[in-house]
Amino acid sequence: MKGGASLEKTVLSKKKKSDAREKTGKVFIYVLLAFWALVVLFPFYWMVLSSFKSYGEYTSEYIPKFYSASPTFENYFQAFTAVPLGKYFFNTLLYTVVTTALMLIVSILAAFSFARLEFKGKNLAFTLLLSLMMIPNELVVITNFVTVTNLDMRNTFMGLILPSVTSVFYIYLLKENFASVPDQIYYAAKVDGASDFKYLLRVIVPVCKPTIVTVTILKVVECWNSYVWPRLITDDQNYFLVSNGIQEIRENGFGRENVPAMMAAVVVVSLPLIVLFLIFHKKISAGVARGGIKG
Amino acid sequence: MKKNDLKGWLYLLPAFLFLGVFMVYPLIDVFIYSFEEGYNSASQTHFGVGIYNYSYVLRDPYFLQALKNTLILVFITVPASTLLALAISVALSSVKRIRNLFQTIYFLPYVTNTLAVGLVFMILFQKSEYSVGLVNSFLGIFGISPVDFIEGPYFAKMLTLCIYTVWTVLPFKILVLTTALASVNKEYYEAAKVDATPKFRVFMKITLPSISSTLSYLIITGFIGAFKAYSDAVAIFGTDLNVAEMNTIVGYIYDMLYGDSGGYPSFASATAIILFAIVLTITCINLAVSKKHVKYQ
Repeated sequence: MKGGASLEKTVLSKKKKSDAREKTGKVFIYVLLAFWALVVLFPFYWMVLSSFKSYGEYTSEYIPKFYSASPTFENYFQAFTAVPLGKYFFNTLLYTVVTTALMLIVSILAAFSFARLEFKGKNLAFTLLLSLMMIPNELVVITNFVTVTNLDMRNTFMGLILPSVTSVFYIYLLKENFASVPDQIYYAAKVDGASDFKYLLRVIVPVCKPTIVTVTILKVVECWNSYVWPRLITDDQNYFLVSNGIQEIRENGFGRENVPAMMAAVVVVSLPLIVLFLIFHKKISAGVARGGIKG
Repeated sequence: MKKNDLKGWLYLLPAFLFLGVFMVYPLIDVFIYSFEEGYNSASQTHFGVGIYNYSYVLRDPYFLQALKNTLILVFITVPASTLLALAISVALSSVKRIRNLFQTIYFLPYVTNTLAVGLVFMILFQKSEYSVGLVNSFLGIFGISPVDFIEGPYFAKMLTLCIYTVWTVLPFKILVLTTALASVNKEYYEAAKVDATPKFRVFMKITLPSISSTLSYLIITGFIGAFKAYSDAVAIFGTDLNVAEMNTIVGYIYDMLYGDSGGYPSFASATAIILFAIVLTITCINLAVSKKHVKYQ
């Protein structure tokens, strides 16, 4: 009996010990998680903070301060007046909307063809499409640059938009989704005398709306942040997108390294996507997790 | 039947037009360009066919600098970001409270503009005449004398670039890994619990094998992405990367194509094909290695 009680005691104390260890483990894990959250959020905090400091305040801090003694909106005013930030914004919006819309039309039609229609050469065409998925953009951008230059489409929206429309991957994603719509609905629609195009618009598009929305958001993010192609194809400020605008501001804007004004511009440029992200973050992360692409 | 064939192709037509003009044709053309010697972009003529473009690029000190930078960047950031993402994802999947909040925060950099946030990193790491900068004033606490991480010594600039690269690629990796971790069969963990298996052993024997295919996918895409690094460098060091000694292979391609040293599509094409060959080789090695270690379920 005695031995049994002491055994129970040691078991209990062991359990207590492992509980304590578990607790320190949890604390350690939360510290790690909080630390990385801080690393991620800090640049955002810093850009907002700096954008509210006046030029005088900013340059007088040899060791930067974590707060602003006299926050000001002056920099935001400057960001829209001293450089054509509004223009960059409008250009990016136009570019994003048109490119995304064209991409959707082209991709939905192609995906529908692969998923639902029977025709000669379909398998070959699909294999060709899949093999294009492996081609890196760097390999085709050179000729596209020459093509667009020869067509005199530099510094035009056509030149910006047309090469950015195609996304092999989105066609593939939509095709997989369209193919998962049950056959019966298709045949029912056929019996009702609906044409394939009507069936696509009335049945497929509404049923597959979640995937279409995901693809749309991913493309919008990609367009909003695109830098390389617009940089190659535009050198006229009237056609700059926000990324190029930021680069221009950094190199020539505001004069004399006006960091607070730059930061105001950076905040303005980052804001739309952050808002979009906060609304749709579940959809965006689901789409990215499934697609496995880095825009 | 004939009518149906036509209809199928009709739906495909817009996509194939775009793909044909802006992907298939350029793909063929880039090979042709790369072998045309002395191409003149103004008159669109060339006076020979051969491998001169390749030998020129391979001897160009700017290319060698870009190659060196890219290799350093790849072999530091890919292991670092993968390990860090793994640690964070495992930590994330072991907690319940405010996990969603953390997940949302971690994914945030994915949607931000590389150029815009790069400017913030530049400000943080910079040391200018009127400000020592935040990173330096932090390092000062530990008695480290200030370094200019943007225009200073090579290792400092490379460090900044590596940190920013890891910061930008981590959201994607964390997302993919947490998704993979969430789909590991729970029964394995239950069984391990019954046997009171130590946590580290559980991680090595259950978790790691279950996510090995995801890990190898992340490493392969990580290598490919890191070899194509460019925007991150521009964001921090500006467009003139050669002066900053921070150019990358892709940056070299674009410089050859356009900009102050531009106008040489043949050199750009040769470089693009060299890059493609490097990436292809590394990917094949990766696939061969992962075949040995990955357990497909």
